[in-house]
Amino acid sequence: MDFKSSDTITGPRAEDHLPHTAQAAVKIVIVGGFGVGKTTMVGSVSEIRPLTTEETMTQAGVGVDDNYGSESKTATTVAMDFGRISITEQLVLYLFGTPGQERFWFLWNGLFEGALGAVVLIDTRRLEVSFDVIGRLEERGVPFVVAVNDFPDAPRYPMEDLRAALDLPEEIPIVKCDARRRASSRDVLMTLMRFLHSIAMASASA
Amino acid sequence: MTPPQRRRRFPKEPPEHSPEQIPDPAPVPAIREGQGETNQPGRLYILTGQVEDGDRAPLDLVTLIVASDDAPPPTAQPEQSALLQLCRTPLSVAELSAYLDLPFSVVTVLLTELLAAELVQARAPIVRSELPDRSLLEAVMHGLQKL
Repeated sequence: MDFKSSDTITGPRAEDHLPHTAQAAVKIVIVGGFGVGKTTMVGSVSEIRPLTTEETMTQAGVGVDDNYGSESKTATTVAMDFGRISITEQLVLYLFGTPGQERFWFLWNGLFEGALGAVVLIDTRRLEVSFDVIGRLEERGVPFVVAVNDFPDAPRYPMEDLRAALDLPEEIPIVKCDARRRASSRDVLMTLMRFLHSIAMASASA
Repeated sequence: MTPPQRRRRFPKEPPEHSPEQIPDPAPVPAIREGQGETNQPGRLYILTGQVEDGDRAPLDLVTLIVASDDAPPPTAQPEQSALLQLCRTPLSVAELSAYLDLPFSVVTVLLTELLAAELVQARAPIVRSELPDRSLLEAVMHGLQKL
């Protein structure tokens, strides 16, 4: 990877510049299995063309003890697509679509710890790939909602069957969406925000 | 038709003075989303020098970076100049990583140097806290409704 010289760097388009008044950002993570539509959802609501940040993960080959002294290391690049929504002149929201494998989450400081919350995007054709993701979020105490990306050929389970299959508590919202549509993706984010707000209200009155 | 069944999990207690945890043998990463293979990380090593992790500024993906002056100083290295030019208006570390086509960790190393030289300012993100800020959540909801 060669460093790009100043001449070849494509920075943000003029309309993508944030105002100088932008004081702080918040983030929401959209997490799910490969091909479930994370990037589609990010792209449908983002005000900028979705961008990609990468991290390089170097790890020793499996069975380190056996080949001690001849460490075989593999470098893997993990990519994460993200988008942006300006909330006010001062506040910016970023959306990150991240793979479901927890080992990738450590590559970026505070990806989940600092996030307001998470959207677990699921595909009912491969429901089980979301099980581990949901479990990890539960273990980490990250608030989340579940959005079912409504693929045309995917099995249509009644919502209550899905809730039971995912073993979701009653208070955790589960909604259908079409990640390609801005309004639909926006509604998913609104569902998450209302859920976070209800948690805030509950903790304030506790 | 019955869907597969998951079992709920619960928050883990933070480990109590446990001896250093031995990580599971990491499986060889199989899933890769996004772009094609990149080169060996050797080039990155040259670019950043040998900076230990502990020396890096605590930068989040969405820490906003703003250049202190309009023009980079003549002494700035090429990658520093490029970075300074990009953040003449506020830009998140994630965006800098994307536009510069450099890994997040490399950008944080470059930024650590620029922060130390006071060539950029960092605006820390608002993170989730024990006591959620309702007015913040309401502001985000209001902003989303305008979409």
